[in-house]
Amino acid sequence: MSTTVIPEMPGQEIPAESRVNYLNASYGVKSWLLTTDHKRIALLYLGSITLMFFVGGFFAVLMRLHLIEPQGALVAPETYNKLFTMHGVIMVFFFLVPSIPATLGNFLVPMMIGARDLAFPRLNLLSWYIYVIGAAFTLYAVISGGVDTGWTFYTPYSSTFSHTSVIPTALGVFITGFSSILTGLNFVVTIHKMRAPGLTWFRLPLFIWAMYATSIIFILGTPVIAITLFLLGLERLLHIGIFDPAIGGDPILFQHMFWFYSHPAVYIMILPGMGVMSELITCFSRKRIFGYTFVAFSSLAIAIISFLVWGHHMFVTGQSIYAGLIFSVLSFLVAIPSAVKVFNWTATLYKGSISYDAPMLYALGFIGLFTMGGLTGLFLASLATDVHLSGTYFIVAHFHYIMVGGAVMAYLGGIHFWWPKITGRMYPDGWARFAALVIFVGFNLTFFPQFVLGYLGMPRRYAVYPGEFQVLNVMSSAGASILGIGYLIPLIYLLWSIRYGPIAGPNPWGAKGLEWETPSPPPTENFEEIPVVREDAYNYANVGGSRG
Amino acid sequence: MADMAVHGAHPPGFKHQFEDMDQQRAAASLGMWVFLVTEVMFFGGLFATYIIYRALYLPAFETGSRLLNVKFGAANTAVLHGSSLTMALAIHAAQDGKKKSEQVMYLVLTMILGAIFLFLKFNFEWRADYHEHLIPGFHFIIRPEWSAAGPHVPLFFCFYFFMTGLHALHMIIGFGILATLTVMAHRGRFNSEYYAPLEVSGLYWHFVDIVWIFLFPLLYLIGGRFAMPGVH
Amino acid sequence: MITGLMESGFSNLAAAVAAIPIHPTSASSIADSVDHLYYFLTMITLFFTFGIFTTIFYFMVRFRRRSPDEQPADTKTHLALELSWTIIPTLITVVIFVWASSLYFENSRPPEASTEIFVVGKQWMWHIQHPEGVREINELHVPVNAPIKITMTSDDVIHDFYIPAFRVKKDAVPGRYTSLWFQATKIGTYHIFCAQYCGADHAEMIGWVYVMSPTDYAAWLSGGARNESMAQTGERLFTQLGCVTCHVADNTGRGPSLAGLYGKQEKLRNGDMKLVDETLIRQAIVTPNSIILPNYPPIMPSFQGQINEEQVLQLIAYVKSLGTEERKTNGK
Repeated sequence: MSTTVIPEMPGQEIPAESRVNYLNASYGVKSWLLTTDHKRIALLYLGSITLMFFVGGFFAVLMRLHLIEPQGALVAPETYNKLFTMHGVIMVFFFLVPSIPATLGNFLVPMMIGARDLAFPRLNLLSWYIYVIGAAFTLYAVISGGVDTGWTFYTPYSSTFSHTSVIPTALGVFITGFSSILTGLNFVVTIHKMRAPGLTWFRLPLFIWAMYATSIIFILGTPVIAITLFLLGLERLLHIGIFDPAIGGDPILFQHMFWFYSHPAVYIMILPGMGVMSELITCFSRKRIFGYTFVAFSSLAIAIISFLVWGHHMFVTGQSIYAGLIFSVLSFLVAIPSAVKVFNWTATLYKGSISYDAPMLYALGFIGLFTMGGLTGLFLASLATDVHLSGTYFIVAHFHYIMVGGAVMAYLGGIHFWWPKITGRMYPDGWARFAALVIFVGFNLTFFPQFVLGYLGMPRRYAVYPGEFQVLNVMSSAGASILGIGYLIPLIYLLWSIRYGPIAGPNPWGAKGLEWETPSPPPTENFEEIPVVREDAYNYANVGGSRG
Repeated sequence: MADMAVHGAHPPGFKHQFEDMDQQRAAASLGMWVFLVTEVMFFGGLFATYIIYRALYLPAFETGSRLLNVKFGAANTAVLHGSSLTMALAIHAAQDGKKKSEQVMYLVLTMILGAIFLFLKFNFEWRADYHEHLIPGFHFIIRPEWSAAGPHVPLFFCFYFFMTGLHALHMIIGFGILATLTVMAHRGRFNSEYYAPLEVSGLYWHFVDIVWIFLFPLLYLIGGRFAMPGVH
Repeated sequence: MITGLMESGFSNLAAAVAAIPIHPTSASSIADSVDHLYYFLTMITLFFTFGIFTTIFYFMVRFRRRSPDEQPADTKTHLALELSWTIIPTLITVVIFVWASSLYFENSRPPEASTEIFVVGKQWMWHIQHPEGVREINELHVPVNAPIKITMTSDDVIHDFYIPAFRVKKDAVPGRYTSLWFQATKIGTYHIFCAQYCGADHAEMIGWVYVMSPTDYAAWLSGGARNESMAQTGERLFTQLGCVTCHVADNTGRGPSLAGLYGKQEKLRNGDMKLVDETLIRQAIVTPNSIILPNYPPIMPSFQGQINEEQVLQLIAYVKSLGTEERKTNGK
């Protein structure tokens, strides 16, 4: 049995306000901006990332409104081109990549392994500041006229032809990359060296395995995008002839270097969500995960294989058909570990005791939508169909199913799940379930028509389009408005709950995990005494009475 | 708090997120190794691009390479290796519990050698390159004798200055780290129990040395300057 | 009245839904086989997605928590199940891979007898040249049931030539040539799209393919103004730009003769063997000092900036017309 810190028996509840925890241990702006407490840093990230999400989301809303008419309803084409670029840059680099690792990861990694903090707390704070500086550069680029190269910055358009704020944007992304690198470094060292006594690798929660695999990608991949963007900036400033074919450069080399990071990056965006899944499914079926070892190793397999498939973004660039074959077969291979996870999560539900709390609804939505998004990846790994679908809305639908139907749903599920732990408050469950439903419906209405549009041949990044595509575009835009409303609802009630929500106990869900053995919110040092771990993860059926 | 009484038992420099000094030392060491892996990927991306363009534009890159001052490059290689040696000696001094003056001496020697490296590079190599109009973007002049080698000689120099410049930046940062360590050593912070900052910074300094071991041949030596006449 | 409104509302809705296109036109020899693979993949996607969804839904209902203290039995590992659902998807992906790759191979190799048509993408239009000399902008006329090879490049940024009805697409990359081929099977008019974002008017860089019967196509080709063929235009350029001064036909000039050069394997001064194809000829025109021959000094000036990509293609057509290596040997 693990250590319990403060007994929370009915009738003996200690009101949260009078107990010292990480939130009230010190007051004042300085105590937050100079904190080294991983939990406070997680909240700093939560604020910044939420802001960037709504900025990026705002651009998406404008895009979908514009596309209800074939000739464009809202803005000039040049503006539309900036909207989709900035939507992509902000959502990828400033929301999806940091989202779960920097918020839930920072908060939970030390707690889940029974440590007092990450290995390098000051580096953690530095990470946040680097993120903010990078975001500032990119937001400056947005304000100073925007950037219109697409988030993929393909050359020679970005190096030589675009007249927009390419360098500030690239600089912003470059700087924020170091935030990722330091976070990944911190997680790897913490997980290796600071596990509580008795917490062997195969007793770790799967969220930790997922964070570990994600950190490997952070460490190996991010430096390459850094150097790529740096060279792009040099090309743009000094015209040295690296990526501009008119002066001897190779524009396809840029794509190789760009995708060498950006493909593993998409796994940075999904692996943490998969980690959250394992936590949610086990808790809300009150069962051990099915196939722990397989799920753990699948995270590592995904991280490693992800570095070998980047060429599948370049099948129609004129690369050799043999290169295409190799990247195609490896791209199929990388799908298998994900499938293994989906089956294991589903099997975990079998003969479980399932409750329908909001986090579980998000989890179940994730499994279905991620499955669909992942399977549409098969169309793209297949060379013959990729030729037809590349550069169309099919691609857009595919990655949004995974990024939004998958990653964002997992993020929201995780936020809801750990909200009582983080804030000491509960949110209104009825509204939460309602929002989950609205998001699910809005999401599918937005993105399913885009699969059809892609198959029909509508290219992506089009500010205007032939009239025959209008009905599907209008459907998609209708869905987007519903989705937008769906995202606003949690923003409102979560903020409301911080002040007015009912006070939560240490473990309102009856979950297993060291983080649930602390008060809600936890004290700054996490554990009064470092726990000793004597059981496997998710030991719901343990003999000897679970804390419940 | 529970560990108040234990506080006095922890050596200075102990960080409280850790349980004991062993854990702290292990974490610091692993942290530096992981950081160096990221540096390998960073420089690696750059090296890969250099190698690709060298293969595409071999005559231009060989021409450019032959214009580099291999004597200074070689001298700098020796200087940098020497500084790695003095760094290792500084770590040893602490490890063996030697007096702080000995630790400081080796650290200062490392800094001096590092400074010599930077001085030779900036004051001799780069200054000469500037006067000979070999720095792209700074009155670069394309020489007529290069026409046989093709138009990509400036690209070689772009790589040369960017790669050695990035390396020099890492050395300057290392210099700052060394200065901090020297101050700490002077204050007697390091002994046979606690020398992890030296060890971890040593790893960084050795890495900077190793990057140079790759840079020097790739930039200076394989430009065909040692080719036998008649053999290509 | 309300029922009347509802009825007309429903019928409008039904009409709108029926108008939603689901399936793109198929108008090429490969479109159906690509579609078959697409349908197979759709079935797999739907099967597994619905399978997972319904399984989850069923489990959610069947195993819903019935009392707050309910504690299910512990999970047992089941290696056979794990291996099955690892191996079976792997086998499925192998099947898909083999099918897709063999289709891709077929679709990548233009038949020997293809007619070549040249495309240059530039912001924001498609310049199309037929070898007979006819030029089009944003329109491509082709005969039905004839294999057509499109060789393309770009004058500025990366574009992408995409004909959804034919299921073909390829990037037009500046500085190099890429190609695709198709055989149109139905007379009609089909979209051409640019499918690689290329700047402000990317969405306007669209056009039409007109597939015509062979007689109509021949009439179209010879109709209108008298055109000189690409090779003839190339020959004119060859003289205009002064190429003929060095590249004399009997090898007495400062540069090599270009007769019979196309298709040959040339040895460069550094020992490399290079195939003389479109890419090499373009390279020789644009960056001549990157190709140094053993017996000639590297004195050829670069023509970069003096001619555009279409003119380069015309010069290449002229060089090809001077005989290829195969024709020389076959004629022996």
